[in-house]
Amino acid sequence: MEALKQRAIELLEKGEVKAVLGYAKGTGQARRAFFARQPGQVDKLVLDEACTQNLAAYATKHEVKKLGRVAIVAPPATQRALIQLMAERQLRDGDLAILAVDEGAIKELGSAAALEEHLALKAQGLDAKDKTLLAKLDAMSREDRWAYWQNEFSRCMKCYACRNSCPMCYCEHCTMDCNRPQWVPVASHSIGNLEYHMVRTMHLAGRCVECGDCGRACPVGIPVHLLTISAEETVHELFGQRAGAKAKLDYALSTFKTDDKESFIR
Amino acid sequence: MAEPFEPKITAFVCNWCTYAGADLTGTSRIKYQSNVRVLRVPCTGRIDYMMVLKALHKGADGIIVSGCHPNDCHYTSGNYHARRRWMVFKKMMEVMGVDMRRITFSWVSAAEGARWAQLVNEVTDQVRALGPYSEFRQIVGAGIE
Repeated sequence: MEALKQRAIELLEKGEVKAVLGYAKGTGQARRAFFARQPGQVDKLVLDEACTQNLAAYATKHEVKKLGRVAIVAPPATQRALIQLMAERQLRDGDLAILAVDEGAIKELGSAAALEEHLALKAQGLDAKDKTLLAKLDAMSREDRWAYWQNEFSRCMKCYACRNSCPMCYCEHCTMDCNRPQWVPVASHSIGNLEYHMVRTMHLAGRCVECGDCGRACPVGIPVHLLTISAEETVHELFGQRAGAKAKLDYALSTFKTDDKESFIR
Repeated sequence: MAEPFEPKITAFVCNWCTYAGADLTGTSRIKYQSNVRVLRVPCTGRIDYMMVLKALHKGADGIIVSGCHPNDCHYTSGNYHARRRWMVFKKMMEVMGVDMRRITFSWVSAAEGARWAQLVNEVTDQVRALGPYSEFRQIVGAGIE
């Protein structure tokens, strides 16, 4: 923590970055995103177990890009999100100073190549709780799975927190807001909720970095991250590629191999 | 007396292969079940999964998605792209618990008029046996006054 603060002050004082994006105390035990613009504000930075939000979601915002070069506090999931944003050409190599945080250790990564090398050293594992839930879903019958999701979605009020918390949902014009033609009903009734989650899942297949922030952002506790994670795992299984590891990656659904294997097309 | 259930089948077909194939079925005077509503799109690559969702939303009991065999695409690679999309889409629908026996993916070329008739008959029989997709109908109506 002290090392992080010290480095943040250095970066700001030397003018290498215009702001340090990290975590600060929020309401109650929660942590929130915090931009330290002056060295004097660095003291507010916090780094602990409760810092789970994926700050990469801020990196693509106009307001943040306008600031100039920004340093970002990046736990592993954020690192993956940042490299995927580079692969999707939403961030330029060197736009950010990445303060990689791995189990308390801070390492500054200035380039995509350094980030890629850093990520290659780590195995990406799913949360134990998510693994159990995914296995449970997998073991269900089709009818039970349908009932499970219908029950979960019945609480959904379409606040779009899952979309807005996601670092990969950076489109300025989202299909959900498109009303000519209106593909997905705006209202949060059963069919509107179902179609929303289906489309969101499809849009993140092959791009999800499995940070689980959508699930954490959900105010009514729907495990929406399981949907995108399982879609991402499907892409990995079928096409052998994973988002959030390489700074150059072709989007799985805009490329193809002539020998892609499937067994269901008659 | 209530009429027996007749399924509504929506077919998304590509202009160059399956649509021409279905045309050949007609010109060859091959009879097949009339439950299918054919929607012609330029290429299988054009078949957005949202169109499939829309069809289910609007009351389809079964769906056929069909285009050129791999390597035969008029636009060289549209069907390869579509194939990838379907592979991911199918898995996503399974995770959601959608009844995938109602959605059939197929390749039918412009020369396979008889195959088109056979495909439609098979799918219609299968969906007729499954009955109306009431599970989906139920949620379409839910919460809308």
